[in-house]
Amino acid sequence: MKTDIVLAGVGGQGILSIAATIGMAALENDLYLKQAEVHGMSQRGGAVQSHMRLSDKDILSDLIPKGSADIILSVEPMESLRYLPFLEKEGWLVTNTTAYKNIPDYPEEEVVMNEIKKQKKYIALDADKIASELGSKRASNIVMLGAATPFFNIPFESFEEGLRKIFGRKGDKIVNMNIEALRAGKEFADKNK
Amino acid sequence: MDKLLLLGDEAIAQGAMDGGMSGIYAYPGTPSTEITEYVQASKFAEENNIHRNWSANEKTAMEGALGMSYAGKRSMVCMKHVGLNVAADPFVNSAITGTNGGMIVVVADDPSMHSSQNEQDSRFYGKFAMVPIFEPANQQEAYEMAYHGFELSEKLKSPILLRITTRLAHSRSGVQRMKQIPQNEAKIPENLRQFVLLPAIARKNYQGLLSNQVNMETASENSSYNKYFEGTDKNLGIVASGIAYNYLMENFTNRELKHPLVKIGQYPIPRKQINKLLDECEKVMVIEEGYPIIEEMLRGFQDKGTPITGKYDGTLPRAGELTPNHVAQAFGFDSEEGEPIPEIVKNRPPAMCQGCGHIEAYNALNKALSEYSEGRVFSDIGCYTLGALPPYEAINSCVDMGASITMAKGAADAGLVPAVAVIGDSTFTHSGITGLLDCVIEKSPVTIIISDNFTTAMTGGQDSHALGKLEDICAGVGVEKEHIHVFKPTKKNFDEMVDIMKKELAYDGVSVIIPRRQCVQTMKNKKLAEQLKQLGLK
Repeated sequence: MKTDIVLAGVGGQGILSIAATIGMAALENDLYLKQAEVHGMSQRGGAVQSHMRLSDKDILSDLIPKGSADIILSVEPMESLRYLPFLEKEGWLVTNTTAYKNIPDYPEEEVVMNEIKKQKKYIALDADKIASELGSKRASNIVMLGAATPFFNIPFESFEEGLRKIFGRKGDKIVNMNIEALRAGKEFADKNK
Repeated sequence: MDKLLLLGDEAIAQGAMDGGMSGIYAYPGTPSTEITEYVQASKFAEENNIHRNWSANEKTAMEGALGMSYAGKRSMVCMKHVGLNVAADPFVNSAITGTNGGMIVVVADDPSMHSSQNEQDSRFYGKFAMVPIFEPANQQEAYEMAYHGFELSEKLKSPILLRITTRLAHSRSGVQRMKQIPQNEAKIPENLRQFVLLPAIARKNYQGLLSNQVNMETASENSSYNKYFEGTDKNLGIVASGIAYNYLMENFTNRELKHPLVKIGQYPIPRKQINKLLDECEKVMVIEEGYPIIEEMLRGFQDKGTPITGKYDGTLPRAGELTPNHVAQAFGFDSEEGEPIPEIVKNRPPAMCQGCGHIEAYNALNKALSEYSEGRVFSDIGCYTLGALPPYEAINSCVDMGASITMAKGAADAGLVPAVAVIGDSTFTHSGITGLLDCVIEKSPVTIIISDNFTTAMTGGQDSHALGKLEDICAGVGVEKEHIHVFKPTKKNFDEMVDIMKKELAYDGVSVIIPRRQCVQTMKNKKLAEQLKQLGLK
């Protein structure tokens, strides 16, 4: 069993907290893990990605070969398209629909959505809106992770356990809020996949 | 022992602490920064009094580490690849002095220039200095090389270069820890002239270094990081070093690798294993990340003339980071890529943050310079380098740490007056002060803008040696007090900033202008807030 995930977003959007939760869930299940991150200059508002690889066997390359990612998980719609060459034919594109416009030539949102809808298997959701309705816009990352959980070979409970470990220090309220966010994302994906 | 989930950088730090390190020395630089930060955050380091403060630059860091080695303790020094240029003098000479306590020099290369101005390969420096090099393939090896490196350094009496690249530095994986080794007791060198590189002694030491080469080669041949894997298809033999080995094996997870293979993790390259491969195989492919250094060595290594294939003949790309797909292409494997990137996807380059003080400083500078012809602003390495991009397009150079001031001076010497330098506070104390002294000595007509944000921002907000010291340093170097100005770069102060800049641009001598505002990324840093309060800078 293996799951290769390309995490995508814009520097400062916090894709590394998604990665950390997946990491915890993987450790719960005694999986091998490699996660290549982007640090440095690109973190200043540039396009960032993280390659995350989980497997029950030893993992070799830190980078996912093109054409073999099982999931693209993006917290920004245009960024989700940047990594299409990595996506396997039967892979899932899971993306937030809230655009992050820090460049002057950002395309029309409708045009971006049309490209996303061309994909064979995709889940597109307004994670910012869902998170706001739950009471914390900052949990939109976790909503996105929730929407991708059906495509991992990891039990859903392990992700909840991962959140408990990561946010445990911040108290029950924060933990529960994030677990709710995770469930809301999963619910959307289950209905729309 | 416990298993940890660590970045390659962090694995090196943990390995060094477990291996009995007494001090780490470094200046921040992507992708090496997290090594020192990990030690700084470590409770163990605090309890065991491991030195872990930042140094002013890579040269002072290298010398600090060498001093600690002189005193008999185990030291590590870390930097990015271009940092080794700054520290090249003490590095090459540390091979001539040799070590007393074990010393590991960690250099993180950045192929594809994710966050750098070139992609030089530090293995060339290791070969140049004639010291052993470690090149880990994964986080576990990175840990073990740091852990065992001190012992090898003490045995060979040589510093060890530990070379990694961005991908390993910033990738996380499980690492198995080993037993904690206590720190060395302090003990000065047996021969008190060992570190005195007067010509007569240096000649002797150099002979020692030359005769030590055979010991380094033997260590490589016996190293567990260098392995010969037998193969039946001898039409082709393969050499793969460091993380290139992973990319090779990634392509053989569902295929059988029938070719003989030498995996390299320690240099000098192991003569015995390499000669066996060259003798047995019709042709040899070299897969390595960075410059084609092994490939070049193999071409000159042998009398037999076995053809070598790799980067020189285009089998693998000459520039940029290696990927599993490049290796697949080298073997002629079909790899099915996903859909191409849609044309509507636009580039999203990094940019200065909203509310950044550099932005206001550049807006004022552009206005103040509008009455002069363009092309007279020399800048430096830091977040403010992003001022080269639209909408500012405010700078005309970015070469190396400190080069803004000295290049502005050279241009002014050539008649480009006024010439302007834009440099950050941390870069100024790294390598700007000596250049400023050059300007003062000749009373050069340069306007130097030190955009002060109280931190080393680009690498993630590390301490700045310049904190609270800039005006005193400039005055101490000899800049006239009436030509040192400090102000807060805000929209409200725009007119005042432009006036000051215009006045100083017209001055026929050295001016220093310090726009000063805290980096927005450091607003949650409590230690810095306390320091700023004490210095009255808030």
